[in-house]
Amino acid sequence: MRKILVGIKRVVDYNVRVRVKPDGSGVVTDGVKMSVNPFDEIALEEALRLRERGEAAEVIAVSIGPEDAQQQLRTALAMGADRAILIKTDAVLEPLTAAQAFLAVIVKENPDLVLVGKQAIDDDAAQTGPMIAALWDRPQATFASKVEIKGGTAVVTREVDAGLETIEVDLPAVISADLRLNEPRYVKLPDIMKAKKKTLDVIDLATLGVSAEAGLKCVLVEPPKPRAKGIMVKDVAELVDALKKKGLV
Amino acid sequence: MSKILVIAEHDGTKLSQATARCVTCAAQVTGAEITVAVFAAEPAAVAAQAAALAGVAHVITITAAHNAHPLAAVLAPQVVKIAAAYTHVFGASTSFGKDLMPRVAALLGVPQISDAMAVEGAYKFKRPTYAGNALVTLEAPADRILVATVRTASFEAATGGGSAPISAVSVDAVVPTHTRFVSISAQATTDRPELTSAAKVVSGGRALASKENFELIFSLAGKIGAAVGASRAAVDAGYASNELQVGQTGKIIAPELYIAVGISGAIQHLTGIKDAKTIVAINKDPEAPIFEVSDFGLVADLFQVLPEMEKALG
Ligand SMILES: Cc1cc2nc3c(=O)[nH]c(=O)nc-3n(C[C@H](O)[C@H](O)[C@H](O)COP(=O)(O)OP(=O)(O)OC[C@H]3O[C@@H](n4cnc5c(N)ncnc54)[C@H](O)[C@@H]3O)c2cc1C
Ligand SMILES: Cc1cc2nc3c(=O)[nH]c(=O)nc-3n(C[C@H](O)[C@H](O)[C@H](O)COP(=O)(O)OP(=O)(O)OC[C@H]3O[C@@H](n4cnc5c(N)ncnc54)[C@H](O)[C@@H]3O)c2cc1C
Repeated sequence: MRKILVGIKRVVDYNVRVRVKPDGSGVVTDGVKMSVNPFDEIALEEALRLRERGEAAEVIAVSIGPEDAQQQLRTALAMGADRAILIKTDAVLEPLTAAQAFLAVIVKENPDLVLVGKQAIDDDAAQTGPMIAALWDRPQATFASKVEIKGGTAVVTREVDAGLETIEVDLPAVISADLRLNEPRYVKLPDIMKAKKKTLDVIDLATLGVSAEAGLKCVLVEPPKPRAKGIMVKDVAELVDALKKKGLV
Repeated sequence: MSKILVIAEHDGTKLSQATARCVTCAAQVTGAEITVAVFAAEPAAVAAQAAALAGVAHVITITAAHNAHPLAAVLAPQVVKIAAAYTHVFGASTSFGKDLMPRVAALLGVPQISDAMAVEGAYKFKRPTYAGNALVTLEAPADRILVATVRTASFEAATGGGSAPISAVSVDAVVPTHTRFVSISAQATTDRPELTSAAKVVSGGRALASKENFELIFSLAGKIGAAVGASRAAVDAGYASNELQVGQTGKIIAPELYIAVGISGAIQHLTGIKDAKTIVAINKDPEAPIFEVSDFGLVADLFQVLPEMEKALG
């Protein structure tokens, strides 16, 4: 395999408790810690391991997002990606648009494998991987927990609701990473320094001929209703009693 | 009028309850006419179960050897062919639907609404984002096919009593051979209820500390007829298998009773249980965030509590 493209999305860090803006227009992201989507770190780790095993020659990190997404791409370069591409846009992109932008990069770079996260933890849409595969007219293996390259095919174990499913796909293909695919490496300081010298190309979304216009209208963003305050019980007897009264046990 | 196509999810013999929940969501679209599509090698049994769901107007079957296993790349072009006659295409937000529906949407060139949790209009749905911390209402254009996945925990399963006609449909779609099914290792089927549809769930976390100790969770669950769940930490550590994970990236559930044992209550876990009617938390740390959402909290050591509870339950 020559090339692997990896999706690196800039998202609100998973430790942040997200707050909805009072006017219902969105969530507060000003001054909030941003990170690489955790699933994308897993996707990148898998790509790096494939390269380290000699299965691939080059790993390219791709992000679609604002200028600041360069920070997340630098993290990806520090982890070990060979180079990075930022498709720059200030618009909030729908997965279909992100997939179209990916496709434009795919056409240019001609990769053998595209690795993405199974979902981004901000919008939790879980759409982009299959959409890229559809537009590219190539196989998809979503929710991967194990990837084996065998010549021109990938054998992928998928975490499905019933258990573990194994499928075989011809390359090139799109694989989306699940939690248990691997444990991403930590970035070391010298790697951060080295990453500064690596190539990071910035391309404007508009120049790819992809429209950032959304197909869906966001009508309202609101916080969930809080749960009613519960009570603390002092021991097992009181707990079992309470559950019996409610007819639950 | 809305004509809604619901893609049936099944294992070859049994229709998934997730599909029955999808039908309920579809039925909440005013004046909807609901068709369930069964893709299979031998669809008869599953089609009969779909036809019996209240609210279903038609069941169509698409019989082909290549439909024996649910491969998104194989199913999507067939769904697209059929979709032209409908205004909406729905699938459950399960590993099956999440794999298939975005592929369908992209082939149709339309955006998808993921995890619809409430119907606000024929083209207007509410969905959770940020692990359920922000609910977004999205409106899709009425002049295009709307593709959506349905958050099953938000809808009751459609009941029986229906008797929709079943008809076979042939689809001339080019089906790719680049994606092949190899095997599936499902957990041994047990008498225990299924996690996503169970009325009661007992879940264990990292605090169980071993696979052997996790048996305590199975034991209590057995006693009260509950399904078993687990936190990610418990799954990652190998105490419980992956399909038991509850949360943002595991299963989203809405049981009558949820008992969280030795689980701290990280937001990624809580998003999976927000719709549980009654939440019980057992944790030795009084500051654990799980107590912020629990209806009944007990600060105690689980290794004492679990045997005591079993005894108290007789
Ligand atoms: C508050 C709020 C307001 C919104 N407002 C609007 C609105 O006004 N209009 C509208 O149309 N939509 C709106 N949305 C919807 C939202 O923009 C899209 O659903 C979302 O951008 C795409 O979903 P996702 O990132 O969860 O993709 P997923 O499909 O979950 O992502 C899966 C994987 O794809 C890859 N990937 C996805 N995107 C990128 C990227 N940009 N760069 C690199 N890799 C990527 C990553 O590897 C990622 O792990 C809003 C959402 C929220 C929460
Ligand atoms: C991208 C992403 C996705 C994630 N998705 C999920 C998901 O889907 N589901 C999920 O669950 N997590 C998910 N997580 C992980 C989540 O953030 C937490 O790490 C995880 O839920 C913690 O599991 P836990 O509560 O079992 O462990 P811990 O947080 O370690 O909590 C253990 C608890 O047990 C208590 N305890 C210890 N000993 C005893 C005892 N003897 N008796 C009683 N109580 C005791 C402790 O006080 C503590 O509160 C995700 C994380 C990320 C980054």
